Amino acid sequence: MTEKNVVTAIRDALHDEMSDDDRIVLLGEDVGNRGGVFRVSMGWMEEFGEQRVIDTPLAESGLVGIAIGMAMHGLLPVAEIQFADFIHPAFDQIVSEAARIRYRSNGAFGCPLVIRAPCGGGIHGALYHSQSIEAYYAHVPGLKVVMPSTPADAAGLLRAAIADPDPVLFLEHKKTYRAITGDVPDERHLVPIGTADVKREGSDLTCVSYGHALHVCLDAAARLQEDEGVSVEVVDVRSLAPLDTETILGSVRRTSKAIVVYEDNRTYGAGAEIAATIGEEAMYDLDAPIVRVGGPDVPAMPFAAPLEHFYMEPEPDQVYRRMLDLART
Amino acid sequence: MSTQVAPTPHGALGLSDDDLRSMYRLVLTARLLDEAALRQNRMGRAPFVVPAEGHEGCQVGTAWAMRRGVDVWLPYYRDGAVVLTAGMTPYEIFLGIFAKADDPSSGGRQMPSHWGHRELGIITGSSPIATQIPHAAGIAYAVNYRGEDAVVASWFGDGATSEGDWHEGLNFAGIHRLPVIFVCENNRYAISVPQSKQMAIENVADRAAGYGFPGVVVDGNDVLACYAAMKQAHDRARAGEGPTLIECKTYRFLGHTSDDDDKTYRSRDEVEEARHHDPVQVFGGYLRTHGVLDDLGAEELRVAVKGEIDEALAAAWEASDPEPASALRHVFAEPGDPSGGGP
Repeated sequence: MTEKNVVTAIRDALHDEMSDDDRIVLLGEDVGNRGGVFRVSMGWMEEFGEQRVIDTPLAESGLVGIAIGMAMHGLLPVAEIQFADFIHPAFDQIVSEAARIRYRSNGAFGCPLVIRAPCGGGIHGALYHSQSIEAYYAHVPGLKVVMPSTPADAAGLLRAAIADPDPVLFLEHKKTYRAITGDVPDERHLVPIGTADVKREGSDLTCVSYGHALHVCLDAAARLQEDEGVSVEVVDVRSLAPLDTETILGSVRRTSKAIVVYEDNRTYGAGAEIAATIGEEAMYDLDAPIVRVGGPDVPAMPFAAPLEHFYMEPEPDQVYRRMLDLART
Repeated sequence: MSTQVAPTPHGALGLSDDDLRSMYRLVLTARLLDEAALRQNRMGRAPFVVPAEGHEGCQVGTAWAMRRGVDVWLPYYRDGAVVLTAGMTPYEIFLGIFAKADDPSSGGRQMPSHWGHRELGIITGSSPIATQIPHAAGIAYAVNYRGEDAVVASWFGDGATSEGDWHEGLNFAGIHRLPVIFVCENNRYAISVPQSKQMAIENVADRAAGYGFPGVVVDGNDVLACYAAMKQAHDRARAGEGPTLIECKTYRFLGHTSDDDDKTYRSRDEVEEARHHDPVQVFGGYLRTHGVLDDLGAEELRVAVKGEIDEALAAAWEASDPEPASALRHVFAEPGDPSGGGP
């Protein structure tokens, strides 16, 4: 085990994979000379060569489309979208092409593509460097969508994404990059896509979350235990599509209460699907209505610090308070 | 003293009389197949067909320079004659038209003419326009990366050249001097929108200058001219000299699809005038003039092709439909499925 932060875990895992398999190529804006704006591929153009670490023109749709072509001809491309906010021009290539290639060819073709996209806010990124994009893509059959929250999961899920025969959107919350550290196995470990993980065991209520919000939940759960003796189980979704309903429902059935917390704006967000699943499958195990805490339904996260802070936390310590309210219901 | 016989135009291109007869057979097959498919549509047996009529010459001319089983093909939905040249059979095409389980493109999942054939190297395509252009560039990049000899070609209409993906694909191909050929079948209309509302220039080929590779304009009704341009582009690609944009000036004789009424946007006089340059007639005339095929031979060929098409159609009509619940399959890889699509 080695202690690392999230972005280092991603860099090390990707580096290992590229060293082991020359079918893997990395392409994106500024991934070559600059080594990526988050320094994930620093020095790799020299190490792996310009053919494998490709600075693309500033064109997200083309970049994903080119990666799709590579994937259909024997390579394992890892395409980097510099900020998830800029992925939208590639929506058609991801949704109409990558996600449908296997289905539309009746299984004759596949598209083993990984798209990495740093997402999420709380980092002074304003409207166009803070977005949560997972809900748009988690809705699309044929596409897998993951968002790790810890260094070990980031490494293990990235390896699993590269090994996956189908397209995977790999979302990296920027606020976790350097703020979150943890032990990462030194050997090649895989975290299977489609598996959630209980990050904290508890008995009074279940909190379901992912990404940076998960750490807000873990912090609140720890303080609630200390302050109020409330025992919160925290489930890290990790994989939004496919969703591990078994782990989520198993926890909810034990605790009989559920709160779903996510940073994306609330309406039609991933939390809606999770809450609906709990409502459909575990209604009679519940002792209280499901609580859903999402970001405010405003077009984006603003820049000014008070405004950004309000987006991330509309009420002071809201996750702690909503958990406590639920525990007392 | 030796006497030299001036080579025929096709001889000068390295094409034998047999080659020409094979090319003519493909052109004719595409035409008769279209006619048969449209009849099926009007009979209510085929909900949707996309006629290639008018485009057969530039499709066979360009596709003939490609190597079956080696090169990679990214056609668009009007490319019936391209995929015939790549090796798809009329039977396989009718399986698609009737949406049968064994349709090689999609097992009856996609609308007809959304081609794909893994064994033949025809890459699965979709309906959104020009999305295959970046794929062609990416495949060509992978071809170079893997040290293969293959050439990649993508076909599209004039409307496709307005899409961002078209620009992004050509730009990347130019930067990396990739072994890829872009073939525009310019029939002057994107459904109803005339070229004058699509672009402010006369020749799509002029756009190649912006990507740093040659753009060539050819008469799309002249099979041999199309072949010559494609052969040169193919040689360039194999020599590592990069992409070529070829613009074939052609015309679509029928509606955009079986659901389109082109009378709403084109005069009958214009269509009638275009039919005077019908590539099937022009090419047939060339063959007769150069003694490659006489009237009797042409008629025998027509009867043979017609018979082949009728037989393929009847067999495809009898083939099995997909199992309804198979609609749930192949969302993700199943055991034994290919990972990607390459060799």
